[in-house]
Amino acid sequence: MTIASSSPPSRLPLGGAAGAGTKSRTRRARSRENQGDGRLAAVFIAPAMLGFLLFLLWPTLRGIYLSFTRFNLLTPPEWVGLDNYVRMVHDPIFWDSLTVTVEYVVINIGVQTVSALAIAVLMQRLTQSAVLRGIVLTPYLMSNVVAGIVWLWILDTQLGIGNEIIAGLGADRIPFLADETWAVPTIALINVWRHVGYTALLLFAGLMAIPNDVYEAAKVDGASEWRMFWRITMPLLRPVLAVVLIMTVIGSFQVFDTVAVTTAGGPANATNVLQYYVYGAAFGRFQFGYASAMSVALLVVLSAITVLQYRLTRAGQSDLG
Amino acid sequence: MRTAVALVGALALSLATGCAKGGAAGSGGNTVTYWLWDANQMPAYQACAKGFEKENPGLKVKITQMGWADYWTKLTASFIAGTEPDVFTDHIQKFGQFADLNVLEPLDDLNIDDSAYQAGLAANWTGQDGHRYGAPKDWDTVALFYNQKMVKEAGLTAEQLDNLAWNPKDGGTFEEAIAHLTVDRNGKRGDEKGFDKNNVKVYGMATGGAGDGDGQTTWSPFVASAGWHYTDKARWGTKYQYDSKTFQSVVDWYFGLAKKGYLAPFTDYTEGANPANAQVASGKAATSFDGAWMISTYYGTKGLDVGTAPTPVGPTGKRATMMNGLADSITKNARNKEGAKKWVRYLASNECQKTVGSYGIVFPATPDGTRAAVAAYEKKGIDVSAFTEPVTDKKNSATFSFPITDYAADVYALMHPAMQDVFANGAPVSDLTKTNDQINLILGQ
Repeated sequence: MTIASSSPPSRLPLGGAAGAGTKSRTRRARSRENQGDGRLAAVFIAPAMLGFLLFLLWPTLRGIYLSFTRFNLLTPPEWVGLDNYVRMVHDPIFWDSLTVTVEYVVINIGVQTVSALAIAVLMQRLTQSAVLRGIVLTPYLMSNVVAGIVWLWILDTQLGIGNEIIAGLGADRIPFLADETWAVPTIALINVWRHVGYTALLLFAGLMAIPNDVYEAAKVDGASEWRMFWRITMPLLRPVLAVVLIMTVIGSFQVFDTVAVTTAGGPANATNVLQYYVYGAAFGRFQFGYASAMSVALLVVLSAITVLQYRLTRAGQSDLG
Repeated sequence: MRTAVALVGALALSLATGCAKGGAAGSGGNTVTYWLWDANQMPAYQACAKGFEKENPGLKVKITQMGWADYWTKLTASFIAGTEPDVFTDHIQKFGQFADLNVLEPLDDLNIDDSAYQAGLAANWTGQDGHRYGAPKDWDTVALFYNQKMVKEAGLTAEQLDNLAWNPKDGGTFEEAIAHLTVDRNGKRGDEKGFDKNNVKVYGMATGGAGDGDGQTTWSPFVASAGWHYTDKARWGTKYQYDSKTFQSVVDWYFGLAKKGYLAPFTDYTEGANPANAQVASGKAATSFDGAWMISTYYGTKGLDVGTAPTPVGPTGKRATMMNGLADSITKNARNKEGAKKWVRYLASNECQKTVGSYGIVFPATPDGTRAAVAAYEKKGIDVSAFTEPVTDKKNSATFSFPITDYAADVYALMHPAMQDVFANGAPVSDLTKTNDQINLILGQ
């Protein structure tokens, strides 16, 4: 039984032939209005555009330029061609940090997406309570650094309350942030804890856009909740889920603050994620040229992943109507 | 469209004035801006500033304090943004890099007399170009802090702890003491039969992390008392010696104490939450090596009766401790260079250092300043001889300096994970030879 595809699009209240007449009558007036709108729009866009050009486009272009130079910020950059990229390709720590980053992203996004989806569906199907929705969002109100420090204290091997509880239960203490195998998953899960509510809320908004009558029709046909989830919710949520995935994956690749406050890249280089390595090269070692080259590499990787994700998930199209 | 232009203009204007304000804040013709990181020292230097302002009517000192980590990030940013302080507290570890970046003002015309300060302190602040870039302000050494109650319970005496010796073979009386101070969950001591090293309740010694490239409060007292040196030359060496057999065998023995259950493992240590003093304060460790800058912290810990002992005597027949000294440096683009020079001259003077010493918070660089500090500590009931003896008793102790070389930041970036790999992940010490090669390759550029 494929309810979603068998229900004819015309049944969905997404505008039909009824409004066509009024539309054509006012088209000319509208277009004049539109011109005025354009100007107003420009005014409203201007501050954001200025910010975009000044703080995004210009630094990006300059970063790309700097990646071809040797630059310590205090003396003028010196053109070195592809040297930084050659060094990058031969730098085992760079590849190691890329691997660590991917490991982090896989755990972070995997766990986060599944739990956020579960929370969102539970919110949609079981409760409409605004209080509950608010509670789910609370960790997101905390800054990443504060969340990192709080968890650092909770998970400290000897003095953390989390490990006190584990020891109290008779188990061995777990060096969550100080052991090379535990550190990356722990940081990934700390960030899941902080972001899952927000992600759930985005997915919840997507779920709210799915018309209820589809579910009602399915119920009439005797479909179970499980079946409705896979046959209705998932296909109709796909565009929203895709956009949420694209956004969270990009954010996840840029993990920095939690690492900086909890492990500082350690033990050894176990949590030396790419952004942290870039930061260390730039602000620790004043190698802004090399740091820029690695940033450009991250930009390329992220662009490729985003395009791929967009294609694979058909984020631009909806199955709804 | 006009509105848009006006909006953009207003925004640009507000940005420009905002920046201008940020840049000009707190500096001017009669103000000297001064940065330091240790909040404990703030009152002492405020007292110094008062004396300075009295001597130099019209000049004012504006002191800004921020924590160690933020301090260096902010200082770096300030050099780039052109908002650097006129004078700042400088650390040897960063000196090499600042010299590379050419952001410090030579202080030769201050005519600093090396002999006016404790030996070795002034000379460290001379760059490879022969110019002086720092005026000595204080010094610190490392000693063993211990929990008096635990030591008494173990049947050890202060005299015994004052006279410990170690060797890389069996660890000597030092390892015996540390083992005896270790207690497992069943109350068995580290040197008793049936000791369970996997369930330790109290470690004989707290961990201070893997020590990066300097091991200041971790392995450095041991490698140095075994006769090892960081580099081929005392200052501005061109080769590091982490590939030395002596170094590697001592480090192997030192971290091996954790495998025996006497030294808290790396996993117990979280820099932000759980440094060595916190492990001692919470009763998780009986002793810890720590620097003189931590004296007030240890003695100020409620419910902790603390004692100190000098570092143990090593295979060379001497004790060894790093003697590190901070200095005041003037930035190359200081807005008030004349005022800054006057302030640094005053900071380096016996008068200011005696004032700072009287607060009993740090050992000033001049002998008189040091004496004032020792007296002030004594007044608080703190015996600091474990820290001062290595400096005065040259027969039985050796002091050594923080490694001073080019590319200090790169050395740190390579040694920080490499040492953690040995301590935390159990990588063989011989791996450090490869790291050492990489470092020397950079230094040889």
